[in-house]
Amino acid sequence: MRNNDMKIIAKELQTREFTISMGPQHPATHGVLRLVLDLDGETVVKCTPYVGYLHRGTEKLCENRTYISALPLMDRLDYISSMANDVGYCIAVERLSGIEPPNRAKYIRTMMCEMTRISSHIIWLGTHALDIGAMTVLLYSFREREWILDLLEMVTGARLTVSYPRIGGVRNDITQEFLDSLYKFTEEFPKRIEEYETLIDQNRIWLQRTKGIGVISTEEAINWGLTGPMLRGSGVSYDVRKYAPYDAYPFVEFEVPVGRNGDVYDRYRCRMEELRQSNFIIRQCIEKMPKGYVLAENAPDLDMAAKGCKKLVPEMSLSRAFICVSEKYEDISPPGEFYSSVEVPKGELGFYIINDGSGYPYRVRLRAPSFVHASVLPKLCEGALIADVIANIGTIDIVLGECDR
Amino acid sequence: MEPIEIAELIKGKFASEVKDIVEFQGQVAVLIKKDKLLDIMTFLHKTPELHFDYLADLCGVDYLGKKEVRFEVVYNLLSIKYNKMIRIKAEVPEDDCAIDSVIGIWVGADWHERECYDMYGITFKGHPDLRRILMPEDWDGYPLRKDYPLKSDLGDKEWKAFKEVIEIGKKNLAYEVR
Repeated sequence: MRNNDMKIIAKELQTREFTISMGPQHPATHGVLRLVLDLDGETVVKCTPYVGYLHRGTEKLCENRTYISALPLMDRLDYISSMANDVGYCIAVERLSGIEPPNRAKYIRTMMCEMTRISSHIIWLGTHALDIGAMTVLLYSFREREWILDLLEMVTGARLTVSYPRIGGVRNDITQEFLDSLYKFTEEFPKRIEEYETLIDQNRIWLQRTKGIGVISTEEAINWGLTGPMLRGSGVSYDVRKYAPYDAYPFVEFEVPVGRNGDVYDRYRCRMEELRQSNFIIRQCIEKMPKGYVLAENAPDLDMAAKGCKKLVPEMSLSRAFICVSEKYEDISPPGEFYSSVEVPKGELGFYIINDGSGYPYRVRLRAPSFVHASVLPKLCEGALIADVIANIGTIDIVLGECDR
Repeated sequence: MEPIEIAELIKGKFASEVKDIVEFQGQVAVLIKKDKLLDIMTFLHKTPELHFDYLADLCGVDYLGKKEVRFEVVYNLLSIKYNKMIRIKAEVPEDDCAIDSVIGIWVGADWHERECYDMYGITFKGHPDLRRILMPEDWDGYPLRKDYPLKSDLGDKEWKAFKEVIEIGKKNLAYEVR
């Protein structure tokens, strides 16, 4: 009797899809990402991402600046791994104009890039785990991030937006004291990685929330243009550091960790292995660090601090000296165009620069990995549960500053 | 196969389409007409010896007053299998500001094409969802065009705090160490 009643009620009840707007202010969207979700119960039927809330027109601004004064803009792209962006931009301009930085500068840059990779990956790990429900990892990972930021501050004087590399080298030399403390960090860090892994690697909730979620196959991943751990999690060992080596990467040994299933868990494993590889690269850089200058002789002139000392022009404050330099006409020759890419923590960051010989870049195009990765969200989310949307946003490791440029 | 050989191969197959081949610092760019873009792209994607499976980047360029044809759409292609790169540039004139969408070949072109439309006003024929992406939907004009101003005509009036900052800066000069 009761069953019959239930059937009648179910027939009379009408269900319909409803639309919710997730973000732009939402703690799990890692910035100002807005997703419009069409839901059928708890299943996502359609997912439409909206980006652009953080659009600052970096490409347009670059066209109106000299090569050297466009550098600080690059910090603001992916603000948690600013060093990698700066290095990428400097390498693009160097390749365009045929400047070769000295060996010591190459090693310093490589080391700094890997430090940023560690700091970016551990902040990813902490926030991703927090989104899924494992809060403890966040507290542990920020402990190491703080350590890295202190080390960065020792060299660059800044914690986040460093502007440390320069076209043709780096701004100032590193000290032995810094190398010693960094070496201490590399000795300690593998134990810390194990700590993170003991917390979540065998955690049943973590495994259920990540295994088999957000699966993307090898062919699809390439076709979508994914890069970085997103692509490597699907089993493609594409890494710009191996494919088009830059800086000191040809001189150091490292492996490219590759996943198999292309789900959230495999991408997590890839990033954890990358942490170990980064640590290994830093150690090699410290051990092999060559002596010499840190700035190429034919580097474009800039009266900012170089070679370890800040020069104050008499009767002129530092701020005014800086203004004078920014206005300076710097000719980077020859005219031409170049596409250069580097492996930032998120994936492949590409710079396509057209030089017309006027001293200003004619066109700077930034191929941001987060932008491409955000576009794959509908593919990952549609058909999944609403709780998995959070896991998917976490796994693509998105930074909206870079996505919106 | 070297990039320059690939470029020659394209020229051999689509002789009437290729306008120019430029090599600069080891990278090869092929300038083509836009009419047979899809044929050329499919050729690059499907031919087993080339296998350009990965679209690294797609963007527009505005050559206002510099070249006869105003716009170019630039495709940076990479073959992950062979680690070879080539750049295809398709000319898009201002009076017929449209080009075929390559979304059928590389799905990843989706947002890049939307951004190109947003910034340059180039229409992509066959794109399923061509809307503005970075700028607001009701935005007027295409920001990355060369005739679009960096600052608006309002100048200082737009941001009143600018004058105050300059005045404070002048005052502070008195306290500087000389």
